[in-house]
Amino acid sequence: MSGPIVAGKPVGMEVSIAIAEAAKLADVDIVAAYPITPQTHIVEHLAEIVADGDLDAEFIPVESEHSAMSVCCGTSAAGARTFTATSSQGLALMHEILFIASALRLPIVMAVANRALSGPINIWNDHSDVMANRDAGWVQVFAENGQESLDLTIWAFRLAEDKRVSLPVMVNFDGFMLSHVVEPVTLPDAETVRKFLPPFEPLQRLDVDAPRSLGPVGIPDIYTEAKKAQLQVLLDSYGPILETWGAFEKAFGRRYRPVETYRADDAEILMLTMGGLGETAMSVVDERRAKGEKVGLVRIRLWRPFPFDEFRKAVAKCKALAVLDRAISFGGPMGPVASEVKAALYADAHRPLIVEFVVGLGGRDVTFADFHRMWDETAAAARAGKAPAPRMVGLRE
Amino acid sequence: METQEIRFHGRGGQGAVTSATILATAAIRQGRFAQAFPSFGPERRGAPVVAYARIAGAQIRNRTAIQQPHFVLVLDPSLLRLVQVEHGLRPGGTVVLNTAKDEATVRKEFGFRSRLALIDANRIAREEIGRPITNTVMLGGLLRAAELVDPKVVAETMQEVLGAIGPRNVKAFERAMAETTVHEARG
Repeated sequence: MSGPIVAGKPVGMEVSIAIAEAAKLADVDIVAAYPITPQTHIVEHLAEIVADGDLDAEFIPVESEHSAMSVCCGTSAAGARTFTATSSQGLALMHEILFIASALRLPIVMAVANRALSGPINIWNDHSDVMANRDAGWVQVFAENGQESLDLTIWAFRLAEDKRVSLPVMVNFDGFMLSHVVEPVTLPDAETVRKFLPPFEPLQRLDVDAPRSLGPVGIPDIYTEAKKAQLQVLLDSYGPILETWGAFEKAFGRRYRPVETYRADDAEILMLTMGGLGETAMSVVDERRAKGEKVGLVRIRLWRPFPFDEFRKAVAKCKALAVLDRAISFGGPMGPVASEVKAALYADAHRPLIVEFVVGLGGRDVTFADFHRMWDETAAAARAGKAPAPRMVGLRE
Repeated sequence: METQEIRFHGRGGQGAVTSATILATAAIRQGRFAQAFPSFGPERRGAPVVAYARIAGAQIRNRTAIQQPHFVLVLDPSLLRLVQVEHGLRPGGTVVLNTAKDEATVRKEFGFRSRLALIDANRIAREEIGRPITNTVMLGGLLRAAELVDPKVVAETMQEVLGAIGPRNVKAFERAMAETTVHEARG
């Protein structure tokens, strides 16, 4: 629900609706989605837009998320610009097909409102869903607010359909914390988006007049090479990612980078967030800076391919780094992001002390007091020169 | 403008989320910064629900839950027996109540000590809208208690968001602006 939609001026809009509007601006051909819990207003609004005749697209309601992603693979392979959205168990049910979409290099764009996985049954916000699909071969980015969610959705089509890339792109934005919030969002005008997004020309197209097979058997003799080729394409997408973010900045005036920092230049203690916690963390940085503390923030925007070099540069000078994870790697290292970060720094001569926290699971609020406690504990660890064991914040024991 | 936080208590289907949305959307239209969000849980028609709004003069870098609102709106008087509506209310905060009772009775019956804004929203809603849906009326009560957003902009936004039922709601909202009584806190 929102007022009339005017381009170029901030309007109050639910973030899910803004993402639906982004898909409309991208002039998608196909939306395939399972419209029942756990869903968001994204596909509900797109269904309305299509039914009202405001978008010349086909909305395909399917019987499960497994089918939703399967349809997306088929339509993308046939040359249609394809969008879907899901969340939580829905993403889990897509799991099998996510790997096929990336292996077939189908430039599907999917918005994921990040939420917990059952059990216990929980529909609230964390990153369990996306982390279980970390290795699916998709380009994965995280948004921090409504504007970024909209921007990254539009950009995702440009990157996905870039012939050097031709990979599916997942735009992660936090469930509820972002998906259900009405906030100021500026919609770009349709003409600028049209110029930014050239018509989709697939690498190869399923076509009855020129038959071909996509995704046949890869016997042991070829599977390794196929996987190497797939990996290389994902790694090589890094250049086009920077380039298309540059083009986005030129067209729309907003700048995106694989790793973004806040008041980090002279910071001795940094905190790392990914997604919607970033803005609250910035406010806490401001509060601590006001007291003269040298603290700052590092935000991972690009999760896959992981920006190893940019990340190393961002933390090169700090003494200690607090890493906030929103999911658990059961029985392994505690958090998937901290694990990644440690792997990125292992070979470096200078390694900051890494203090690991798991926060905000299944919708648990992460308060200003929680942030301050994490910063205090990280500062104490830096003084002691020793990191404590990974800790779940706000845990009642 | 210091950030102002508002909590709406209603029942599923009474439009608490809609009124939070209208308020935030109007604030943004006025050039301010705002958020509106529901309590994050399963929603059922008739069950107690909570919605929130945050309004500020600068960009809001805060995605935490609202625990200490400046204003609490109670859309349905029957909630007073179920929910501690004053819970977490900031010192100096205001409770905006849908009630046909007078100040002394309300204070005696429910033990309120805070600043109160009282409005017989059920009656206004029935007379103007034809149904006891009080969400837009209660926004009138809120804006009478505090100049958070320009009421004209709220009325415009209400009209746009609600479409065909807009004019009746705007009239109810304007009546509430005029009929709400505000009573300062008692010790």
